[in-house]
Amino acid sequence: MSGSGHFDEMYRADGSIRPHYQPLSDWIAATPAERIKQMREAANMLFHRVGITFAVYGEEAGAERLIPFDMLPHIVPLEEWGMLQRGLEQRVKALNMFLHDVYHGQEILRSGRIPAERITGNKQFRPEMVGIDVPRGIYAHIAGVDLVRAGAGEYYVLEDNLRTPSGVSYMLENRKMMMRLVPELFARQSIAPVEHYPDLLLDTLRAVAPSNADNPTVVLLTPGQHNSAYFEHAFLAQQMGIELVEGADLFVADDTVFMRNTAGPQRVDVVYRRIDDDFLDPVAFRADSMLGVPGLVNAYRAGRVTLCNAIGTGVADDKSVYPFVPEMIRFYLGQEPLLNNVPTYQLRNREDLDYTLAHLRELVVKEVHGSGGYGMLIGPTSTEREREAYRLRILDAPDNFIAQPTLSLSTCPIFVDSGVAPRHIDLRPFVLSGKQVVMCPGGLTRVALREGSLVVNSSQGGGTKDTWVLNA
Amino acid sequence: MLSRTANYLYWMARYVERMENTARILDVTYRMSLVPKDARLADQEWYAPLNITGTLYPFEGHYSQVVPTGVMHFMTLDPDNPASIVSCARAARESARAVRGSITSEMWEVINATWLEIQKMTDAALSSDRSLMFFEWVKERSHLFRGVTVGTMLRDEAFHFHRLGTFIERADNTARILDVKYHVLLPSLEDVGGAVDYYQWAAVLRSVSAFESYRKVYRSVVTPLRVAELLILRADMPRSLHACTREAYEILQHLSRSKSSEVLRLAGQIQAGLQFGRIDTIFAAGVHEYLTNFLESIGALGTEVNKAFFATGESAVSV
Repeated sequence: MSGSGHFDEMYRADGSIRPHYQPLSDWIAATPAERIKQMREAANMLFHRVGITFAVYGEEAGAERLIPFDMLPHIVPLEEWGMLQRGLEQRVKALNMFLHDVYHGQEILRSGRIPAERITGNKQFRPEMVGIDVPRGIYAHIAGVDLVRAGAGEYYVLEDNLRTPSGVSYMLENRKMMMRLVPELFARQSIAPVEHYPDLLLDTLRAVAPSNADNPTVVLLTPGQHNSAYFEHAFLAQQMGIELVEGADLFVADDTVFMRNTAGPQRVDVVYRRIDDDFLDPVAFRADSMLGVPGLVNAYRAGRVTLCNAIGTGVADDKSVYPFVPEMIRFYLGQEPLLNNVPTYQLRNREDLDYTLAHLRELVVKEVHGSGGYGMLIGPTSTEREREAYRLRILDAPDNFIAQPTLSLSTCPIFVDSGVAPRHIDLRPFVLSGKQVVMCPGGLTRVALREGSLVVNSSQGGGTKDTWVLNA
Repeated sequence: MLSRTANYLYWMARYVERMENTARILDVTYRMSLVPKDARLADQEWYAPLNITGTLYPFEGHYSQVVPTGVMHFMTLDPDNPASIVSCARAARESARAVRGSITSEMWEVINATWLEIQKMTDAALSSDRSLMFFEWVKERSHLFRGVTVGTMLRDEAFHFHRLGTFIERADNTARILDVKYHVLLPSLEDVGGAVDYYQWAAVLRSVSAFESYRKVYRSVVTPLRVAELLILRADMPRSLHACTREAYEILQHLSRSKSSEVLRLAGQIQAGLQFGRIDTIFAAGVHEYLTNFLESIGALGTEVNKAFFATGESAVSV
């Protein structure tokens, strides 16, 4: 099944089955195709009924689609997970220390490890945050780090999403669905539970409340029903038992944030915001934002409310800063990074630019500030025309792009109409930083459903799978 | 709780209740249309659903004639009619989606599944032999939603706002249904007390599921005075004006912070009028006039609810 130059999660190169997939493989062999078909249909129907949908930008207004769900889990053995967890904790700790540093003493810039203009001249650097102390010195309370496996199975960090990473609701709903559809599989293997994620998240959010709030009120701020991740916002608010608010539900008086309640205004201490920095506060940022709360940034700067994640975290997950994360780990923690970075060409450098333009067919080129898989070029699957058009875009503003070798992502089997077939995947575990750094054993596995495709983003036709971390 | 959330919950409940009542109105209109009668009256009765819901004018803007198939389509599956069943289902679902975090998963699933199913329906589902089944289905979805709500929802403010919406909408709808018989379906003089008149009164009772209760309470023939008494003044008749406004008043006593608020005063006044009212007095003054006044009072109560709970703002801050 494998042997085409990439690592397969289930099969070794010689076609034999890796031991942690053996029980699943036995189950597939013993289950009639008809039953599997019925279960896939049942899953689809249930997801629709429960309304686990997302909106796709650019499609008809209000269109809701399901993210395709594949029933075959992505399985991670315990010792492998332990390694990932240590690596992720190390990485997120360093990123938070970096954020504190760039908004305070800027030691790392003065030491010359990162060129200063790369940070202070970055669009994601927020001068409003300079000198502001945030509770526990934590900026990225919730991080969704994208991991891929390449070559012989080594893990790489592809992106550190530190702004408003989404997808955790699918981790939870996929697990619920699997337990409903195939409870027998959970009896065969000991699979680490993930259902306590909302508790961990709420603990994290409460732990970073302003110090004078003894029973802090936490709310989730959503851009509203038309946002692509609205389902997740509503789901998390419900699971945590906190209010789901929109900008118009909040107001600021005397640098204090209140929500408009039926019983009058109620003070808010922590805002888990799922709105980008630019839209948070029309007074401080984009004046045309209808989503934000006027005065919120002032209340935040005065330490009267905590925003999660903090303002200005984008300067640490920006693709032009990404190449320096290993250096941050060495600088702040005095440790060697446990997880690899993907080698990255920075097109602001003349040499890297020349190399990239000469090798467009082999590379993946991304916008520095882009996300969601929009606006990237995947060399090996692109047409001559697309490459030419992209070349012009790069030459127009080389600083806005980076390039990386096209990794042959690992594959994992999925159900297709003709049976079982390998497809490329990635994994997004969620790292929470409050009183301490904690994680749920698992994450969101995204899968590129088209044969050979490397794009796993849900906005680009990707699907999801349940992720099983084995307990033993 | 959040004012916006309370507002959506209240309206979600109102839309579901309205959807059910529209199905009831059409159900009864259809049944009445099967009673043999002269042609003039037959045409007239399809005006009833339009008059009850106050949509005759928009109807005439889109349809050339008041005929059964046109009225049926307009009131059930026409997405351009905001009062149609499909529009109510959509509005209820949009409200529910906006407050998913405040309702139980079961409530959301019922309302979402209703919306998904109704979208698949076509006019074929409403052909004469199947329309009664469609109305049954709509009523069942509403019953299911109410049952799931009562059976799963925490008895907190969210629950009370939901119930408040239900009873205010139901009081309004029962008054409208009754008014149609008084106002629109007035029989010609020679028909008063005749077979058609009897069937129409019976149909009004059936439309609010009150026919059997009528028999139990009065053990006698159907007369207009008693029907009006049952649907206006009886406290033990769950869709009567008295029962609905009493529930609304009790809920408002829970919800209001100040015992002297205008919303509470008005609800108490409406409730007291029904509790201590006499049917002969109402009859003497005219049932249609009485119902017109009642609809105005219920409208005013809705406005006060809005002011008291949904429009809270900075002005109320005391830091």
